[in-house]
Amino acid sequence: MKSWMTTSLCVSAVLAVWQGLIAIGLLSHTLVPSPLEVGQYLVGAVRDGTLWDAFSVTLRRLAVGYLAGAMIGVPLGFLNARFTLCHDSLGLLALGLQALPSICWSPLALLWFGQTEWAMFFIVVMGTVWSVALATEGAVRNLPPIYLRAARTMGSKKLHLWIHVIAPAALPFILGGMKQGWAFAWRSLMAAEIYITILSGFGLGHLLHYGRELHAMDQVFGVMLIIVTVGLAADKILFGPAERSLHRQWGTDR
Amino acid sequence: MKDQMPQAVLAPPWKLQVEGVAKRFVTRTRALAALAPVSFQVREGEILCLVGPSGCGKSTTLNIIAGLERPDSGVVRTDGHLVGEPGPDRMVLFQEPALFPWLTVLGNVLFGLKLKPCLSRVERLAAARFYLKLVGLEGFERASVHELSGGMKQRVALARALAPEPELLLMDEPFTALDALTREQLYGDLQAIFAHHRKTVVFVTHNVREAVCLGDRVLLFSPRPGSIREEFLVSLPRPREINNVQLTELAARITRALKLHMGPDAKEVPA
Ligand SMILES: Nc1ncnc2c1ncn2[C@@H]1O[C@H](COP(=O)(O)OP(=O)(O)O)[C@@H](O)[C@H]1O
Ligand SMILES: [Mg+2]
Repeated sequence: MKSWMTTSLCVSAVLAVWQGLIAIGLLSHTLVPSPLEVGQYLVGAVRDGTLWDAFSVTLRRLAVGYLAGAMIGVPLGFLNARFTLCHDSLGLLALGLQALPSICWSPLALLWFGQTEWAMFFIVVMGTVWSVALATEGAVRNLPPIYLRAARTMGSKKLHLWIHVIAPAALPFILGGMKQGWAFAWRSLMAAEIYITILSGFGLGHLLHYGRELHAMDQVFGVMLIIVTVGLAADKILFGPAERSLHRQWGTDR
Repeated sequence: MKDQMPQAVLAPPWKLQVEGVAKRFVTRTRALAALAPVSFQVREGEILCLVGPSGCGKSTTLNIIAGLERPDSGVVRTDGHLVGEPGPDRMVLFQEPALFPWLTVLGNVLFGLKLKPCLSRVERLAAARFYLKLVGLEGFERASVHELSGGMKQRVALARALAPEPELLLMDEPFTALDALTREQLYGDLQAIFAHHRKTVVFVTHNVREAVCLGDRVLLFSPRPGSIREEFLVSLPRPREINNVQLTELAARITRALKLHMGPDAKEVPA
């Protein structure tokens, strides 16, 4: 059976059971909306543009913050792997801050930047940068030494060795780190949007937050569904193809 | 007076001189003498085989010649010049092919060539294709490394090592990981390649027959710390067949000598 058929069958089954449970009154309607109501909310929100606005605001924040975080994190990881001084200072900092749940940055972000886009940006970057840096450093440190030995005997050294051997050899593992960084960025942004209200743009997190305040269960469920879908789409559209092409080249695909 | 004669007249044209090279490895738990002082010379165009039980310091010797490892004492000279950093004048063929999986077959062979500044793009490409053809891999230029068999990978590694035209080819048990059939085929092909493109080679192996099949001269190493115990000249005609009777006899003689040097309590007997 094709995998998309399995998926759609499975989703329909869940929806049917869900609707059925509500119909026979096993699920409290004040706490759980029916799938139809969630659908109606989503259609309405798409029609009046609120969903699209929130979606684009959130995605812009995510993309900008994540790209900045990755662009800082990858070089930072290389520095930490190359220089003991960096490893002992910045590396330790990365290890400590990576363990800090990113929502813990929001009080600081609010104090430093106020209720602005910069606060959001700061939180997403902090959520991304450390895990990307740690993954990159780990990737470089755990390279099979045989690549380096072979390259050195051919006369590759210093910058040439880093650009033409270490970076490409570490790339599959760096990509893994970027993927993890993406997950962290997404989590931190959602936490930040729920926690911090910003007048310059309502994101998906805000929609979720106001859904709770208004006790609009269809909105809460609908927005959560969108958030899940964004996470899935990132995996399927962004990282999936990149991973597959790397695996094909390296011969590590199953 | 005879000893006052200029050095140049007395000394044969050594391509490689290893003089009193010794190495100890100091780890957290112990210090280990891997290589007792070892000295030997290799002539231009000669194939020298280093044979000894595993762990006797053969790879260490090769790594020191390559410049990948520094000796504790002693020096290595190529063409009379002291050897320092690793460089494309001394290429190494490792036991693993050590090809770069992010490059194609052609990309791998080009890697070393791109580090030679004197070549133009066209010359590099021509050289890479030439050596790929030489090792019998014409038509595989665009293949990924993982698409090749073990023997083909080692052929690419050979092409990659030969392409920058090194002064010295260092081979560290390059065929050990291959099956017997592939290995025998490679003995033949390697001899054919060397017959037309003579190289100065140091070939490390623990396989005595392999050494006799490929080498002009075989040096026997003692168990750790490695030192040279005996030297055998191999003057059998080429190309040599690994199952040839004379070759087998000489290999048996060398194996007996090797066992003798390993002492009565030696457990590891090389093939
Ligand atoms: N980097 C290292 N650190 C510690 N010990 C080593 C290292 N490299 C080799 N040795 C030891 O030195 C000895 C000689 O090693 P090697 O030259 O690889 O032997 P061979 O190639 O003859 O099998 C071995 O006992 C090995 O364990
Ligand atoms: Mg060895």
